[in-house]
Amino acid sequence: MPLPTVLNRDISKLVAVNQQATDYEGQYSMDQMTVGSVTLDLEVQGSGPPLLYLHAEHYRHLQQPFIDRLAESWTVHTPRHPGFDGRTPPGDFRRIDDLAYLYLDLMAQLDLDGVTLAGASFGGWIALEMAVRSASRLSALALITPLGVRLGARDERDFADLFALPEAERERALFAGTPPDFATFSEDQLTATAHDRQYVAYYAWKPYLYNPSLARWLHRATVPTHLIWGGEDGFVSPDYGRKLAARMPGAKLDVILGAGHYPQIERLDDTMAALRAGPCAP
Amino acid sequence: MQVWHFSEMAYHPGWEELGDSLRNVIPSKVYDPKLGADLYHRYLDEWALCDELGINIMVNEHHTTATCTTSVCTIPMAILARETKNVRLLCLGMPIANRMDAVRVAEEYAMLDVISRGRIEMGFVKGSPSEVTPANSNPATLSERFWEAHDLILKALTTHDGPFNWEGQHFQYRQVNVWPRPYQDPHPPVWMTVATPGSAKLVGEKGYVLASLNSGYANTPVIYETYREAAKAAGHEAGLDRFAYLGIVGVGETEEEGRRRAHQILDYSRTTPRMARQFQYPPGLVPSEVVGRELGNPSPRTFPLRDGSRVEMLTGSVDEYIDAGIAFAGTPDTVYAQIKEFYDHVGGLGHLLMMCQGGHINHEDTVDNLTMFSKEVLPRLQAL
Repeated sequence: MPLPTVLNRDISKLVAVNQQATDYEGQYSMDQMTVGSVTLDLEVQGSGPPLLYLHAEHYRHLQQPFIDRLAESWTVHTPRHPGFDGRTPPGDFRRIDDLAYLYLDLMAQLDLDGVTLAGASFGGWIALEMAVRSASRLSALALITPLGVRLGARDERDFADLFALPEAERERALFAGTPPDFATFSEDQLTATAHDRQYVAYYAWKPYLYNPSLARWLHRATVPTHLIWGGEDGFVSPDYGRKLAARMPGAKLDVILGAGHYPQIERLDDTMAALRAGPCAP
Repeated sequence: MQVWHFSEMAYHPGWEELGDSLRNVIPSKVYDPKLGADLYHRYLDEWALCDELGINIMVNEHHTTATCTTSVCTIPMAILARETKNVRLLCLGMPIANRMDAVRVAEEYAMLDVISRGRIEMGFVKGSPSEVTPANSNPATLSERFWEAHDLILKALTTHDGPFNWEGQHFQYRQVNVWPRPYQDPHPPVWMTVATPGSAKLVGEKGYVLASLNSGYANTPVIYETYREAAKAAGHEAGLDRFAYLGIVGVGETEEEGRRRAHQILDYSRTTPRMARQFQYPPGLVPSEVVGRELGNPSPRTFPLRDGSRVEMLTGSVDEYIDAGIAFAGTPDTVYAQIKEFYDHVGGLGHLLMMCQGGHINHEDTVDNLTMFSKEVLPRLQAL
C-alpha cells in the first residue's frame, strides 16, 4: 500500500499560507491559513477527488488512521475546528453557524468543487449546517453519527449528557469496546482532550448539541447522503440515526456492529468498506 | 473588624444516606420537608439572634445539594431584612453568571435594600463548579457572562431617569428600568469572592470588598497582596475594610469544648470532596492543563498546612484545619490569639466571615458559640 502523500495543492489559492506549523498535539504537520479573520490549521493529504473531513469532537489523534485511509482515494482536507486547535476564536465566532460559514468560505477560498463532505459527530453537525446553506460545491455527504438535529420529545435525550456522566460511563457511552485509557495519553493529548470538551461547551452547551431550526431545513441537503452509525452508540442511538435517515429522503443508513459513537476509530475497515460501497464511493 | 455569621442551612440529616455524592444527582426523596422546615426555622432563628449579639449576617446559595438548602439567597435575606433591625445583611453571594435574568437580580437587591433601610451588602459570585449543571449555564463562557451581568446590574441600579437599552452578548433588554431604586446611594456595597490572584487583580481594580474563603495561611497573602497592588494602580485605597476572610469558628468554656464545636462545624468542609468528579471540572471553567492532569491522574481534594504539606479535606482533623488557618477554635482567648495571628500574617483584614454553624453542630451549641463569641471575642476584634 503506498503511503499517503502530503500535498500542498494549489498553494497560490491559499490566501495566507504562512508557515508550516506544528499543531499543539505535536504530531501532525499542518498548513496554517487564514479564512476571513480566523486562523485555521489545515492538513491536506492524499490524491484524488476532494474530500473535506470535519473531525469529531473528541480524540482527534485517534481519527488519524481514518484520515490516512481516506487519503488513499481522496485528496483529504482536514481542518482543526477553531478553539479545538488551542487558539481562542474571535469574540464574535461562537456558534455552529460560524463554523458552517467558515468551512463554506474555506471551500470557496480553495476553489474546491465536487467535494465529498464528510463529518463525524460534531463535525457531522457542521456538515449538515453547511449542506442546508449551500450544496453547490458538494457532490456527496458522508455523515458519521452526526449531532445537531432535534428529533425527540422535550423530556427525552437525543444526546446523552456526557458532561453529567461519570468518566467511565461517559467512555462506555462512546465506545463499544475498550475505550482509550487516559493514563496512556501524553500531557499534550490530555490537554487537547480538555480543550475538546471546552469547545463542545463553547459552541453547543445550550441548546445541547442541536440547532432548533435545522430539522425543518434538512430537505435543502440535496446531495447523495450516507449516514453511518455505530450499532452500540450510547451517545446518540442508532434509533436516532434511523429517525434522521427518515427525514433525509434518499439517504442511505449503514449501522456498523461492534462500534460505538466513533465507528471510524473502532471499526475502521468496516467504516471504509461501507463508505466505498455507498453514495460517496470515489 | 466587622464580624459576620454564615450558615449554609445544610440538610445534614441526609448526608449519611447520600454517601459519596451530596450534590447534583441526589434524589429529593431523601429530603423530609417536615424536618427541613424545622431546620429552616432553626437557622433563621440563629441569624435573628445575631441582631441582638451585634454580629452581622451572611447568606449564600447553592443548588441541588444537601450541603446547602439556601437555593434562593434572597429568600432568607428578605425574611431577615424585616426580622432584624440593626445588623448588616450580606449575600455572598448571588451567582450572577448562572442567573438568566440579570435585571431581576437588580430588582431583588434594590427591594431588599429598601426594606432593610439600607443594610444590604451586595455580593456577586461566580459560583462553585457544581453550580453549572443546575443552572445549565455554559461554563466555557461563564466568566464573560459574570462580568456582563455585573455591568448590567450596576447600570440598572444607578440609572434613575427612565429606561435604557442593553444588547449584550449574554443579556438583551430593550427597556431596563428598575423600581424601586436602592436605598443606599449609589448602590449597596459590592463584594466578590476570590480564590486566585488573577481574580484578586480584577476585583482590586474595581475596589470592591474581596472575600477569600478558607484560603488559609498558604494562599491568602498572595491574594491580598495582588489586590492591594491592583487597587493602588487603579487609584483605590485598599483599607482593611476591603478584605474579608471566611473561616470556621468554635468557641467554648474550655479548649476541648471549643474544638469539639469546630470539629462538628468542620463536617461542612469535609463535605467539599463529596461530589461526583464530573461536576468538579465543567468544561472550560478550569484551565485545560488542570483538567488534563486530572483526567490522566485524578487527585483527592486537599488543603495546605503551614509547612507546605497537604491534607485531604475529607479526613482533616481540627488541629490540621487550625494549622492551615481554616478553623479558629478553643477558649475565647485562644480563638482571639489564633485570629490575631492570622490577621497579622495576611497584613490585616476588616471582615471575619465566620461559620459558627455548619456540619453537625446542634442549635444549643450554635447559640452558645455565637453568644460566647459576641461577648468575649468580638469586642477585641472590633478594636483591631
